[in-house]
Amino acid sequence: MRATGIIMILIASLVFPGIITRVKSIASGRKGPGLFQPMLDILRLLKKGTIYSTTTSFIFKIAPVIYFSTILTAAFLLPFDNQPGLLSFKGDFIAFSYILALGKFFMIIAALDTGSAFEGMGASREALYSMLVEPAFLILMASFAMFTGHTSFYEIYSSIYFGSYIAVFVGVLAAYNLFQIIMVENSRVPYDDPKTHLELTMIHEVMVLDNSGFDLALINFASALKFVIFGTLISNFFFAPDTSIYLGILIFLAIQFVFAVIVGVAESFRARFKLRNNNKAIVLLAPISILIFLSLLMLLTNQN
Amino acid sequence: MTVFVLLPLLSFVFFLLPKKFQSIYNVLLTVATAAISSYFAITVISSGSTLNEDLPLVFWGNQLNITIDLLSAFFILIVNFTVITGAVFAIEYMRMYNEKKRADLSLHFFSFFWLLFSMLMVCMFHNMIAFLVAWEIMSVASFVLVIFEYEKPEVIKAGINYLVQMHIGALLLIVACILVYNATGQYTWDALTAYFYDHKNIPLFLLFFIGFGIKAGFVPFHTWLPHAHPAAPTHISGIMSGVMIKMGIYGILRILLHVQSDLLAIGIIILVISAISGIAGVGNAIIQHDLKKLLAYHSIENIGIIGIGIGVGLIGVATNNDLIAILGFGGGILHVLNHSLFKSLLFYSTGSVYLNTHTREIDKLGGLIKKMPHTAILFLVASIAICGLPPFNGFVSEFIIYNGFAESMIASSIGIKILMMFAMLSLVVIGGLAIFCFTKAFGIVFLGTPRHIKIENVKEVKWFTLFPQYIILTVIVVIGIFPILISNLFFQLAGMFTHKTILIPEATMLNISSISRFALLFIGITIIIYFLKKYFIKNKIVERAPTWGCGYTGNADKMQYTASSYAENYSHDMDNLLNQKTHYKTIADEEIFPKERTYKTHSESLAEEKLFLRITEFLKKILNRLAFVQTGKTQHYIMYMFVLLIALILLTIFNVI
Repeated sequence: MRATGIIMILIASLVFPGIITRVKSIASGRKGPGLFQPMLDILRLLKKGTIYSTTTSFIFKIAPVIYFSTILTAAFLLPFDNQPGLLSFKGDFIAFSYILALGKFFMIIAALDTGSAFEGMGASREALYSMLVEPAFLILMASFAMFTGHTSFYEIYSSIYFGSYIAVFVGVLAAYNLFQIIMVENSRVPYDDPKTHLELTMIHEVMVLDNSGFDLALINFASALKFVIFGTLISNFFFAPDTSIYLGILIFLAIQFVFAVIVGVAESFRARFKLRNNNKAIVLLAPISILIFLSLLMLLTNQN
Repeated sequence: MTVFVLLPLLSFVFFLLPKKFQSIYNVLLTVATAAISSYFAITVISSGSTLNEDLPLVFWGNQLNITIDLLSAFFILIVNFTVITGAVFAIEYMRMYNEKKRADLSLHFFSFFWLLFSMLMVCMFHNMIAFLVAWEIMSVASFVLVIFEYEKPEVIKAGINYLVQMHIGALLLIVACILVYNATGQYTWDALTAYFYDHKNIPLFLLFFIGFGIKAGFVPFHTWLPHAHPAAPTHISGIMSGVMIKMGIYGILRILLHVQSDLLAIGIIILVISAISGIAGVGNAIIQHDLKKLLAYHSIENIGIIGIGIGVGLIGVATNNDLIAILGFGGGILHVLNHSLFKSLLFYSTGSVYLNTHTREIDKLGGLIKKMPHTAILFLVASIAICGLPPFNGFVSEFIIYNGFAESMIASSIGIKILMMFAMLSLVVIGGLAIFCFTKAFGIVFLGTPRHIKIENVKEVKWFTLFPQYIILTVIVVIGIFPILISNLFFQLAGMFTHKTILIPEATMLNISSISRFALLFIGITIIIYFLKKYFIKNKIVERAPTWGCGYTGNADKMQYTASSYAENYSHDMDNLLNQKTHYKTIADEEIFPKERTYKTHSESLAEEKLFLRITEFLKKILNRLAFVQTGKTQHYIMYMFVLLIALILLTIFNVI
């Protein structure tokens, strides 16, 4: 069933932020809230009313809706266990990246819509970082496309998986780079700290300072969804061509769990970068992608 | 056809009309011209055959004739569409200049007609001399249009700069045409095939490429663009940026139809120059304070994207891979159309802003969305489209070009693979920078609260000004969601460059149609969530309160982010490449009571400063030495003539000449 992927993504996103929070609590010696606490928070936000700033226009009202729907649309493109996503076509990884960019576009202008200096600051940073990280992701996917000879997520993943002929070194490098890209895309440590309390040092959080009620619920759920979507990009590497659907679901959940734990551990034991150095750190991800491209190219020519 | 030739006579009527009726008459004349020429173009596209017709004119001993093939027809259609929208937009915009003399307005509209007519002629003439004359009329007409506000010194300066650069381009084209004539004895484009068949391809191509590239605005020949666009009235900027610079692309495509060998090298040259143009264009756009200058730099970026498509296509032709050729050329040519749509729309909506606020300074504006909601929506859609984001038309062409990269990365040799990876990298960077730039432009101009200008009296422009803009918007949306409607035409156009009939693979068409499924999916989800939100907040309290300011609720207008501060983190890192100049006198130690100061930054084009100014300075130095002959005394000048005469006689006696 082709819809399995999107259903599993939605299910996983319910607990994903909970796992991260729990891991971080345990690492700092606390017991921590339940796994579903972030989702319960979202449920409570759904029940609340909304406050809109007097400065804002309709842009501010539709931006969270569009942000959420871009991320959901992106989820429709992802394959799951030897089955293409509900929508799969040549070059869909480009569409994936561009639709996410559309969501960011709206979040950025919504932040500017409030006329707040804080949110302008967050918007400016978000725009810069997402601009810097985009090449890294697309070149990474293009390397796989070049290596496998296919240009859609489904075809790429069905001819490449962890443990196949792909060399360990390239795999490790790709995994590292993808992980860093995910951390930038989701505004996590070391690039941004979602738990920070000073507006001046925030990136993503400061952009949504003025959102409340349903809008904030959408944004928070979208963040969880985004994490899982990128986790799916990783977990797809682990499906062998003959994995059955039940095993596939199991592998998927396991990978998402491990991924959430790794994020939690990384966030607990790592300090964030100095803001000025963020640019340099993010821009360096693109050369790593190029390195992966060249390594895969070398592998490919050796094979022939 | 005779009717078409007689149309120019009607343009003289402008000098007889009173001010009031000129812009209306302009619309009528433009629509008439466009209707006739579009009729020919549509005939060609629907029948698929080339239209050849003799004009009742003899020029330089040659029977003049027009030839409209598929490529010409396509360019004729986009020229007509953009110029009509520009003419309608001009009705309200030109009211701003009501205090101008009647002759000025007449000349403006007269040139407007001739710009349209010359662009059509450029597309129709296959005779090189006639083509060059049309090309020259186009440059001169647009020059007159640019210097409409000639009382401002910076306008005249920009105009002269434009005129000189256009003539350098024209000079190169003339030299190239003479070379072809010398070798083949013919003055038609078809003679190029014969020339390229038994001569080196690259030198002549480069001559044409630079000649046309100056018009198109490839880096480093782009330096006129950022000066001319802010100087010209907005509808003119829209037309110049939307279609006139595309005439350069038309010329390059026309030459490429005839190039015989060295395709790979030419493709790589175009690809590299285009990638540089794209990045340099958008990279400079981000730090501009003038909205029209920002858009002018974006034209350079988009010309770069078009060029990238053409380069990929050429590499496809050179490596005999039809799919890559079709994707590259198809995407590039589709982007010509797309750019003409969203760029003209951006210029028109900027014009609406200028009409009401009388400023183009991004830093001074803000909060316009509340006063001009229609203009804001138009600008927003055009911004999203120019960033290449779904579900609008910019995405379609960029997506096709990306597919060209991907196919090329799979099928080509190692060198091409690496080249394609870097080309893709450049397109991604262009996309990211464009998003950075247009979130800034839209966010600062339309959102937040007013920064310097009072906007109480600002009102939305009239419906007949919005009407052409909404038409453009509709086309943008339709192409974005249903590209399948027009993709066939573009693949046909692309097929011309492979010189054989190509069956478009089923899979490629399927892929184009999946763009619409993708767009519709996105729109569907958005609508569902929108109504979900309506349902959820139906019975909830919705309040309005001031923006959160850490407890501060006073007037925070001046604290908002501005265009400069928004781009600061970018411009700080890119300082060396952007060549920014700061005008600020630091406070000295002994200055106990500092006087009032101003702080100003602007960026100089690196190519202009490092390349062109050096050349012109050098020329000035050399030519200054010759200044001694210019004494201003009549006796000396008579003596020069006398000396020349003697010299001529002597030379004839000794049989030298």
